[in-house]
Amino acid sequence: MPINDEARVGFYICHCGHNIANMVDVTSVAEYAAKLPNVVLSRDYKYMCSDPGQEMILKDAEVFKLNRIVVASCSPLLHENTFRNATAKAGINQFYFQMVNIRENASWVHEDKELATVKAKDLVRAAISRVVFHKALEKKKVPVNPDVLIVGGGISGISAALNIANAGKKVYLVEKDPTIGGYMAKFDKTFPTLDCAACILTPKMSAVLKHPGITLMSYSEVAAVEGYVGNYQVKVTRKPRYIIEEKCVGCFACIDACIFKEAKFSDEFNEGLSKRKPVYIPFPQATPQVVLIDDKTCIHFKTGKCPQSCAKACDRNAFDFDQKPVTQELEVGTILLCTGFQPFDAARAPYYGYGRYPNVYTSLEVERLVNASGPTGGNVVLRDKTRPKSIGIIHCVGSRDEKTNKWCSRVCCMYSLKLAHLLKEHTDAEIYNFYIDMRTPGKGYEEFYDKLLNEGVHFIRGRVAEVSDWAINEHEKGKLVIRAEDTLIGMVRRIPVDMVVLAVGIEPGKDAQDIRRVFNISCSNEGFFLERHPKLAPVETFTDGIFIAGACQGPKDIPDSVAQAGAAAAQALALIDSGFVELEPNTAFINEELCCGCQVCINLCPYHAITFDETKSVSHINEAICKGCGTCVAACGSGAITQNLFEDQQILSEIYGLLVE
Amino acid sequence: MAQDKPKLKLAVYWGAACGGCCVSVLDVHEKLLDILAHADLVFWPIALDIKYQDVEQMPDQSIDITLFNGAVRNSENEHMAHVLRRKSRILVAYGSCAYLGGIPGLANFYTKEEVFRRVYEESESLDNPQKIHPLPENEVTEGHLHIPSFYNDVLTLAQVVDVDYFIPGCPPQSERLVEVFMDIVNGSDLPLKGSVIGASSKVQCDECKRKKSDKKGITRFYRPWEVTDDGMTCLNEQGILCMGPATRAGCGVRCVEGNAPCRGCYGPLDGIGDAGTRILSAIASMLDGKEPEEINRAIDSIVDPAGTFYRFSLPGSKLRRKVS
Repeated sequence: MPINDEARVGFYICHCGHNIANMVDVTSVAEYAAKLPNVVLSRDYKYMCSDPGQEMILKDAEVFKLNRIVVASCSPLLHENTFRNATAKAGINQFYFQMVNIRENASWVHEDKELATVKAKDLVRAAISRVVFHKALEKKKVPVNPDVLIVGGGISGISAALNIANAGKKVYLVEKDPTIGGYMAKFDKTFPTLDCAACILTPKMSAVLKHPGITLMSYSEVAAVEGYVGNYQVKVTRKPRYIIEEKCVGCFACIDACIFKEAKFSDEFNEGLSKRKPVYIPFPQATPQVVLIDDKTCIHFKTGKCPQSCAKACDRNAFDFDQKPVTQELEVGTILLCTGFQPFDAARAPYYGYGRYPNVYTSLEVERLVNASGPTGGNVVLRDKTRPKSIGIIHCVGSRDEKTNKWCSRVCCMYSLKLAHLLKEHTDAEIYNFYIDMRTPGKGYEEFYDKLLNEGVHFIRGRVAEVSDWAINEHEKGKLVIRAEDTLIGMVRRIPVDMVVLAVGIEPGKDAQDIRRVFNISCSNEGFFLERHPKLAPVETFTDGIFIAGACQGPKDIPDSVAQAGAAAAQALALIDSGFVELEPNTAFINEELCCGCQVCINLCPYHAITFDETKSVSHINEAICKGCGTCVAACGSGAITQNLFEDQQILSEIYGLLVE
Repeated sequence: MAQDKPKLKLAVYWGAACGGCCVSVLDVHEKLLDILAHADLVFWPIALDIKYQDVEQMPDQSIDITLFNGAVRNSENEHMAHVLRRKSRILVAYGSCAYLGGIPGLANFYTKEEVFRRVYEESESLDNPQKIHPLPENEVTEGHLHIPSFYNDVLTLAQVVDVDYFIPGCPPQSERLVEVFMDIVNGSDLPLKGSVIGASSKVQCDECKRKKSDKKGITRFYRPWEVTDDGMTCLNEQGILCMGPATRAGCGVRCVEGNAPCRGCYGPLDGIGDAGTRILSAIASMLDGKEPEEINRAIDSIVDPAGTFYRFSLPGSKLRRKVS
């Protein structure tokens, strides 16, 4: 067994109540450890993490002149810091501590006490062999820049921005669209209270615009991020509106003056149910209240032969047809990603006829149809301007489906109920809801379902097989026939309707992967941003200082998104208020004497921590960015890279200790 | 030439070797005369007719420097290693075989039985219908015959006896030998015992003049004849497997200067326990490809990976041999 004469190890094994002691013979492990080289003292104790347990380390360290501490107990995730602190209090460098996880790795996973004890001894031996070669290390402190970047101006981003700015911090809110508001701005009412979405959202939007602490960068995207927690450098590209934002007052005179007398281009805000001109504003309450020109449809950009009647109509000279994308650099300490979702593309479920039958709508289109400020002024009519007398709402389109997305989108049941209510109210049509399971967990949600049950809306439990215009009797002629199994009566039904609404699910945004790369975070399997811990760190990511909130993390309704935005804002504020971050010293460093300048390491680094110094012809690791993953250490042919706490001698001693009795 | 001090006594011996190391000593050409001006060659089987018994009769510690080349592969090699250790003040493991096991060390990917079966039964150039294997002891009409017994393992010199210095190379650069020798003659401070001498402390890439970038991106490996080397770019970046990134410099990057990839004969740098895994992980780190299939395809294009990465270092590595 490797020996270091200087090392005086104190070893402690924890019973963890019965958690460990029931399956591992702790006294025998303690007796065994006492005989190992370098071990001066070995004890077992009921709860090492308790105050008396920690006190014991303090006293022993003094009496027995310990300079290394090994504790065999639970997972380092749980108590490594506890014992590191105790070690430090005992006047020993906290990195002269090593933890052995004999709970998760021995007692909890074995059924044979004798063998579990043997395994615990092996693990203990490995840790003791290793700790004698530990080196004293110091945590580094790095100041945190108090400014915050928030990406995405939907309800999550808006809420977080206001939270943080109200705390007196500077916020940059970057939104890729010409206006903030996100999907919520398109909704008519919100479930289950039937609040007018615009009424509760637009005051927040204008608060963002007016807030002295918030710099709103609409129609902009984050192009690149460098740096590390507390010190990020961000490049934001502002796309050209061809309007000088500061000059436009939103009088819309230019829109009236546009050479296109009739609007003829698909209006994205109204889900293509209406038309807009090349110079436009997405919707009347758009924030900022600034028009923009769509250069793909504008005659000036297409032919150069437009008399520019819009610009002439502007009495503030706000037009600038020569605008180019502008990149601006920001320095922030923390970043919140609130980049949202995209609705499932209904065309991916062709059996429901979207795009083939004009009267098959997505739920989002219907949100616009029922909206008083929508394309029909809230008058629910089909594409031929007639009023539907029967409407089928199909749940779980692109959710809970092996063929498309497996997950439940969480909001569709509730918004389908809301739409059923609104459609009933607007049209008095017969409404049929086709659902697999009715999922209404949430405050007031089940009650809302009950209310709908009493409103004369039909509920048919079963997945819809198809929507077709194939009529088998007079009654079905000219209608859309929804064919579905009704599992409650145990037969297949055909329901002819005038209008079909597809309750499309929530998917990761189409640029989620690009965003992930720019911000160096991970996505879970389905493509939503991955939180650091599903239960205990739901808004943190594996990249320190970058937080996530809202539907970019997973399907979520408005209250949950706002709550998460609040949580993410609190996390950011906590980081800012602490003033600095402590960096784990388990970072890698390069011995310049050995580095040959081959640059193998540079592109391997997932954190972009390594740069090449051309003058010295050696690579350099920025310790503040390094996360200690060890990739470069393994790659270096010269063995020029060393990682603190994972030096060869430490690892090899640990392996030796594990294998050799 | 006037001699104030007594001449040094020098021995050169070969264990399991190809003879190249001895030739490298001869390759010092007329510098040999300089060496001989300062030293007497007291034992050198390739050049002088001095018997083992003569060496055994020499007083202990009477040889100043012994250059032991070749690995230890049989009882004769081991016997002479012990004898020469006893007789020498400074014992140098000379060349890759004595240092790390070298090319003969690749036999550690097989057992003794497998080696014998191949050599005495299956070899294409063989006529041995009775499948006779050599025996260490044998009775013949002329009397009792002894031949050295063949070991299952090829060993490095240091695995058998205490070694003072290591000079790597297959063979070592003759110039380096003269430098080391002259240092000893001139009474320069001797390096720390156990040091690798006559070589650099950095890897080949440090001396290699080829253009290197952070874009390695290897998608498949080529044998040198399969592609046209542009003569300027890092060979690994061109997909030609070069051991330079994990091989000690000191040879003058001779192979790469001759447009051939480094094969790794100078071994790893100090403190690197296992040359093979070191170069393997360095090369693996240069691979391009996100999907396991792409990576597998690239790795499949390496001919004889074990023999490539451990070409000179198997017995001296942590891996040491294939466990049968």
